[in-house]
Amino acid sequence: MLPCALLQGVYLAPMDTRDGFDLTTGRGLMACPRCDALHVEEELDAGETLRCVRCGGLLAKPRGGAFVQLIALSFTTVVLMMGAIFFPFLEISRMGFGNATSLFGVALAFADGVLLPLVLAVMVMIVGLPVLRAFLLVYTLAPLAQGRAPYRHAARAFRWTELLRPWSMAEIFVIGTAVALVKVAGLATVHLGPAFWAFCALILVNLASRGFMCQTTIWDAIEDAGLPTDGREAVGGPVP
Amino acid sequence: MTAGADEAPLAPVMTAHRAGLLGCRSCGRVWPQDHAICDRCGAALVPPDRRGLQYVWAWWLAGLVMYVPANLFPMMRTQTFAGLQGSSEATILEGVVELMHYGNYDIAIIVFVASVIVPMAKFLSIAWLAMVAGRPATVEQAHTRLKIYEVVEFIGRWSMIDVFVVAILSALVQLGFVASIHPGPAAVSFALSVAFTMLSAQSFDPRLIWRGLPLRSRTDDQGKD
Repeated sequence: MLPCALLQGVYLAPMDTRDGFDLTTGRGLMACPRCDALHVEEELDAGETLRCVRCGGLLAKPRGGAFVQLIALSFTTVVLMMGAIFFPFLEISRMGFGNATSLFGVALAFADGVLLPLVLAVMVMIVGLPVLRAFLLVYTLAPLAQGRAPYRHAARAFRWTELLRPWSMAEIFVIGTAVALVKVAGLATVHLGPAFWAFCALILVNLASRGFMCQTTIWDAIEDAGLPTDGREAVGGPVP
Repeated sequence: MTAGADEAPLAPVMTAHRAGLLGCRSCGRVWPQDHAICDRCGAALVPPDRRGLQYVWAWWLAGLVMYVPANLFPMMRTQTFAGLQGSSEATILEGVVELMHYGNYDIAIIVFVASVIVPMAKFLSIAWLAMVAGRPATVEQAHTRLKIYEVVEFIGRWSMIDVFVVAILSALVQLGFVASIHPGPAAVSFALSVAFTMLSAQSFDPRLIWRGLPLRSRTDDQGKD
């Protein structure tokens, strides 16, 4: 668990080494990623929320048991996604003609000519990335939740989880489905398949996961749990 | 809210840059300025200066270029009764007009906002942010800019809706003789345009917004650049 008190309005001379942080090396400090304001790392209790003194952006919001919850929600994502892939997604019928499509069918809609790369992109955005992010998050958090040392490359895994977040578009896909359904409604009768509801459930899981996610806490836990760093970790006790 | 933003503007705030340090944008760790890679998370450390804006402008231009064919070429081709009742090709705007023609005003508004208003607003906002970045500003202006940046970053991915709608319709509406829908080339360029503008917004460093604020140590700051 981690940061932070504030260096608000305090002009600290370089070489200032008050307890807990060092302005020459940056030890024990944290910079707001949105406005660069310096904060001193300090333990936060679960449930507390820390905002940047300057821009008001969220810096940390540790929640009790968040790691276990995040792991559980990641598994839920994978299970729901499996259902979403293999169950029928939508089905329409009109005048005796009918057509059902699965999620693969949606992606393969672009499977002719110049549109081929779009098949891959759509599949990656709506299925690949949510599943990949879930696995990376479990990889990062599973040992931390048990209080063991993180696996190798846990830091890289978590960094990629965060980098890929904007490209994972399952929730946008659901809204797209809603728009498409209204467009089709006049043309034919539509039946919603289990995969559609699995996707709706995915949105809720995603929202819950976001509520428990605190990047600062996870970074700090990775560091505290002994991922090889240069040993400057200053959190959680007096500095020698 | 713990320490409120209300008390923030009163005193100059110590920043990593002013302390001669470099903050990691990925995990927040602070390093000496000669560090190139964050030892904690492995991300590249970038100083908050206007050099990074080149990436913003490059992706912005790529997005704008792709946005032109996205509007000129048809998004999808609808065929009813094997072409007997006519097959129509609709660009984004024609699609909106068609929806309104059938009385689906709410959906027409959603599509119009998602695929016309939002991309336009995004291009303008990113260009404006990149132009004023690092210029002097008051604290209120900086907060407004940060807000705009956050909105652009949040809303960017939602433009992808249109691409998904085309994909779902083309996969679903394959009723042989009765009706069929096929995707058009605009779907690809629209998807690329959205992706490029997302990359452009991600390349923008919000710390630049705050670099232009009047500082106590403003002269030192300029000397460092």
